[in-house]
Amino acid sequence: MRGRCLIGLVDILLITLLAATALVIIAVRDLFAAVMLAGIFSLISAGLFTVMDAVDVAFTEAAVGAGISTVLMLGTLMLTTSRERRGTARIQILPLIVVTLTGAALIYGTLDMPIYGDPQAPVHHHVAPEYIADSPHEVGVPNIVTAVLASYRGYDTLGETTVVFIAGTGVLLLLKRPRREAGAEPTKNTSGDQNQTASG
Amino acid sequence: MLSPGLYNYWIVVVLMMAGFYTLISRGNLVKKLIGLNIFQVSVFMLYISMGKVQGGVAPILIGEMPAHGHAATHAAHDIDSSHDLHHDVHAKESPPRHPNESEGVLSDVLPQIDASPSLSPAAVQLAELQKTGDATIVYSNPLPHVLILTAIVVGVATTALGLALVVRINEQYGTIEEDEIHVMDPEQP
Repeated sequence: MRGRCLIGLVDILLITLLAATALVIIAVRDLFAAVMLAGIFSLISAGLFTVMDAVDVAFTEAAVGAGISTVLMLGTLMLTTSRERRGTARIQILPLIVVTLTGAALIYGTLDMPIYGDPQAPVHHHVAPEYIADSPHEVGVPNIVTAVLASYRGYDTLGETTVVFIAGTGVLLLLKRPRREAGAEPTKNTSGDQNQTASG
Repeated sequence: MLSPGLYNYWIVVVLMMAGFYTLISRGNLVKKLIGLNIFQVSVFMLYISMGKVQGGVAPILIGEMPAHGHAATHAAHDIDSSHDLHHDVHAKESPPRHPNESEGVLSDVLPQIDASPSLSPAAVQLAELQKTGDATIVYSNPLPHVLILTAIVVGVATTALGLALVVRINEQYGTIEEDEIHVMDPEQP
């Protein structure tokens, strides 16, 4: 009972920290700092996934969200600029109203949800018990998540691979094109000054 | 008893709205993508929160796998050999094992293990727990975990594509601020 209570406390602390990080990311104007905070955000969420028993999700999030995403964003900052322009970072009224209304509606929606960790919640009654009961006999892998990912829902993983392939192709096409016509116009605007390409 | 109750879902809504606000109010394209990431993580958090069962453990089977799983028999064998010293003491008091299970072990087992290989007491206890029913060990729901694993990988793929677009836009326009791009593009229909 005591350990369970402590886990609840850890959950509350981590998720509060997560919300605080998100709000700081909005406020901060230096893009480099924002990217670093996004990495921290991913790492905290990975810890939170561990607390919520999703260990596979946690290490995927730590590797992909905190690792690869941060590297990609830093690469982008290196190729573009690392400073958000000053005028854009003020609070805007209309988006704030839209967001507040939507958030209020969503929170009203959560009041009907089963509370966190409720074993009687409808989610736990349909497909998942069969996976837990049958996957040891039908697949033979101790990790149920692996069994479902690779066997029961193998087509999902195939689709995921397709999406990653298409995205990779898209990235290559987008980044390759200017190099072919590189002789015609000045590309690679690393310093981010606006006059150069505005005239050209 | 300190339990999060609905608190997780409220923070999920706050995160979602934080990402949404960044998406619609910020003109900087990289900032927009970071907002999109926050939005995605909030959805992940919603799903994983729903999959948690109070007092549950991660959905990795504890104890013995059924006899036809080869990895399981090897694992049992490992446990045996590591507890070699205590073997004789526990051999007498340990309950009889499943016939097919001991068969699997015996066919794989090396000759130096003596004739009555037994599981370690902890393993036997776990097997007993498993046999008595699902009420003793509760696993959290594995299905949301699987869906979110797929979503994370797809999410980083779309982020990469978006960042490549940002780099390309910067090469063409020399800026990643949305309104400056609009000023340079007056011919838009």
